[in-house]
Amino acid sequence: MPPLLFYLFALITLGFGFLVVTGRNPVTCALALAASFVGLAALFLSLDAYFIGVIQILVYAGAVMVLFLFIIMLLDIKTEEGKKLNLSAIVSGVLLAVLLTLQIIMVAGGTDLASKSVQGTPLALADSATKIGRAALPTITNDLKAGTLPDAKLIGFTLFDQYGFHLQVIGLLLLVGTIGVVVLSKRERSAP
Amino acid sequence: MITLGHYLVVSGMLFSLGLAGVIARRNIIIVYMCLEMMLSAANLALVGFSRFHLTNGLPDYTAQSLVFFTITVAAAEVAVGLAIIVALFRSKQSVDVESVTKLQG
Repeated sequence: MPPLLFYLFALITLGFGFLVVTGRNPVTCALALAASFVGLAALFLSLDAYFIGVIQILVYAGAVMVLFLFIIMLLDIKTEEGKKLNLSAIVSGVLLAVLLTLQIIMVAGGTDLASKSVQGTPLALADSATKIGRAALPTITNDLKAGTLPDAKLIGFTLFDQYGFHLQVIGLLLLVGTIGVVVLSKRERSAP
Repeated sequence: MITLGHYLVVSGMLFSLGLAGVIARRNIIIVYMCLEMMLSAANLALVGFSRFHLTNGLPDYTAQSLVFFTITVAAAEVAVGLAIIVALFRSKQSVDVESVTKLQG
């Protein structure tokens, strides 16, 4: 990915993120968050994580943001107007954020790992077809030999090969979440 | 030349923005949005490390599996959290975090 595109998408991600934090109207904030997630998805694509990028758009910019907008419009939340700002919270929030950013810049700038570039660590697709061991299913090795990155297949293999139990736990979590939402949003009967 | 450091700095700045929002904002729905931003920032760092830690010439897919789990948990968390916000709004008629002070004693 050309450096210019990286800076463009980083700017979209951070700029709309800033709009989420500073916006007064909740609908504006929700739409800015969706735009910020689209920029983030583009950054995922630039890191050769196509599956994660697509999931980011589908789940976050799609499902989660629709849920947010739905709740904002259901509750009919108005723009916060005339309320005095909580100055101490704002000062402490900005101060913490600036300190954390400076710390991360210091740490990220000083290591060998952080100075690796995308061009400096190219993917070896054709070579890896013979080396990937247990993941050497015909469909994966054929894709690798053809020079494409079958990353959805590789993530799927990793999930079901090494993290099968964790996947079931996540399934249970979603089930519990579904039941919890139904229980929470059921209107309570008037207390006796 | 875009390095891993660039991605980590973007991830850190996004996380800091989310943190500032969680601390400074009073609308509970926007606090939730900022939480989502912080989770996504962590995902960006994970995917960055995955791309630059090559195993057999391929990205490290353990990290991307973790991102998959994070996204799933975040989606479940949003659903439950928004249901709690609706229940809260029903009893308080407000989404201001300062309207909920019952635990303050």
